[in-house]
Amino acid sequence: MSILVNGSTKVITQGITGKTGQFHTRMCRDYANGRNAFVAGVNPKKAGEDFEGIPIYATVREAKQATGATVSVIYVPPPFAAAAIDEAVDADLDLVICITEGIPVRDMIRTRDRMHGRKTLLLGPNCPGVITPDEIKIGIMPGHIHRKGRIGVVSRSGTLTYEAVGQLTELGLGQSTAVGIGGDPVNGLKHIDVLKFFNDDPDTDAVVMIGEIGGSDEETAALWAKDNMRKPVVGFIAGVTAPPGKRMGHAGAIISGGKGTADEKLDVMQASGIKVTRNPAEMGTLLQSVL
Amino acid sequence: MKIHEYQGKDLFRKYGIAVPRGIPAFSVEDAVKAAKDLGGPVWVVKAQIHAGGRGKGGGVKLARSMDEVKSLAETILGMQLVTHQTGPTGQPVRRLLIEEGADIKKELYAAMVVDRGSQRVVLMASADGGMDIEEVAAKTPERIHKVYIDPPKGLTDAQSDEIARAIGIGDAMLPQARAMFGGLYRLFVETDASLAEINPLIITGDGKLVALDAKLNFDANALFRHPDVVALRDLDEEDPAEVEASKFDLSYISLDGDIGCLVNGAGLAMATMDVIKLYGGNPANFLDVGGGATAEKVTEAFKIMLRNKGLKAILVNIFGGIMRCDVIAQGVIAASKAVSLKVPLVVRMKGTNEQEGRALLAQSGLPIISANNMAEAAQKVVAAARGQTS
Repeated sequence: MSILVNGSTKVITQGITGKTGQFHTRMCRDYANGRNAFVAGVNPKKAGEDFEGIPIYATVREAKQATGATVSVIYVPPPFAAAAIDEAVDADLDLVICITEGIPVRDMIRTRDRMHGRKTLLLGPNCPGVITPDEIKIGIMPGHIHRKGRIGVVSRSGTLTYEAVGQLTELGLGQSTAVGIGGDPVNGLKHIDVLKFFNDDPDTDAVVMIGEIGGSDEETAALWAKDNMRKPVVGFIAGVTAPPGKRMGHAGAIISGGKGTADEKLDVMQASGIKVTRNPAEMGTLLQSVL
Repeated sequence: MKIHEYQGKDLFRKYGIAVPRGIPAFSVEDAVKAAKDLGGPVWVVKAQIHAGGRGKGGGVKLARSMDEVKSLAETILGMQLVTHQTGPTGQPVRRLLIEEGADIKKELYAAMVVDRGSQRVVLMASADGGMDIEEVAAKTPERIHKVYIDPPKGLTDAQSDEIARAIGIGDAMLPQARAMFGGLYRLFVETDASLAEINPLIITGDGKLVALDAKLNFDANALFRHPDVVALRDLDEEDPAEVEASKFDLSYISLDGDIGCLVNGAGLAMATMDVIKLYGGNPANFLDVGGGATAEKVTEAFKIMLRNKGLKAILVNIFGGIMRCDVIAQGVIAASKAVSLKVPLVVRMKGTNEQEGRALLAQSGLPIISANNMAEAAQKVVAAARGQTS
């Protein structure tokens, strides 16, 4: 088992004809079960054509009807990406994964509001995607650093997730699923949602939770975990040295009004029974210590 | 992106938010002419810098005569204004706003931001205006009132009235409050603002609601659809290194340490700063080169870091992933040669073709120190910055 996606998931790629979409669709198709998983692309101007054998449809709804796909991944440029999410939600997909970075916050507020009462889950935007090793990779993460196993990983950052996964793999600890929830202030699934999935997954034994400055999602997740999580969780928060009021690369990584500091998050996590480290080189060994 | 108070007030006027009459001034002569044009017995001379806390820092003064306007303008223009937001060296004042004096009966506070928890715009207000709102939030959070705005509906009159009453605006003035808060919300949405703050929002002696200050920040991701807002950008107020970096699509922030870091990915870049600090060093910057660490990008990044004359060492930390480490190594070697790098360079690369990458660095003849993991890299760069070989 795994969470969110597995070897039988069928995926639609929105933005399959752009440079990024093409590159990553190839990488994903070549990973594990990818050849059977990436069944459709969407581009209204190129409907009826194909991308290296993957048929292109005019709309997400058509792609879903023709292929039975239930998940989409979005590489559409920022000005149009929120509308692409809307389209996937309107087609009642189970999960939409938005890789695009740089979507205006106002667009995401509107899109998130439209999603109330709908069944579709959103991962991202501004995220690396999700991978269940040896089954399916949906997104831009390097597949080869992963290894099948029983550790869950959830993070707001791309390369820092790879860092954690790399450390786990070197220690011989494989991953059940690694989930990048993205670095934007207004997004879909949060740490708490992913922790809940891992909690209910019989094939996940422990979780690495990686956060960063800005917002209070890590605190919310930690407080939930304190009373509900039945598996060990270890954590790291990036940005102990980040100055206040500065946007540290990610749109959501900013300490504003004195809130959202790394120390604050680390304190709440620790008080909630989550073992934390201040050393990003020790995420893997810390996880190993709680098994 | 931030703008000046006088630019914010121009936008306020467009959206029907009452502000005092005022004229920006770029010289002492401008300032005197502005005061004459405004007329009246009292003027306020206000330093225009992007940082807050200008009043406490001595950048906002009252003038009761034309001579006083002149002497205050002479003092404030060109001064290094130090506030709690500028750092100890302060920010030079290049622009002034000359405003008519206001008859302040009561000082309130109002602001709009995006609330991440509810994923909505929130209108916040307090009867404790004119003060540091962070302090109010920390000490007396019950004195800050909030309403969350439903995106399709917008700010309703009922919400506006609720907030107005909560901060002591009388019933007779509710229509003014609706105009002000409604205008603020339209401005916030239509310009893709990320912060719109009025502190203080005043009630005048004759019962008028007036925005005495205007602080606006805009969502950088939405600037592509607001050329009119981009035109208000004042590069003098920004760190030249950060401005230069943005031209090359590099995300750079200056810090006060002496170890430069070049990393791919924002989270890993922050973690790299943190691990340097953990091993006793001080990061000189945040720098995210993004997904593709090409030779050109690494070269520009080196140049920007080396503008800092106090730089003692550089740490390059790349989690290659899909990118090949031999390609990254070639980029680092080319960049080191292009800038004739004099400070010690520690490189940690991870990903495809790691061994080939390390071999290239070793064969380059450049004094590049290789590291296997983040901890080792941090220890080596801290030692190198202290002049110790490891």
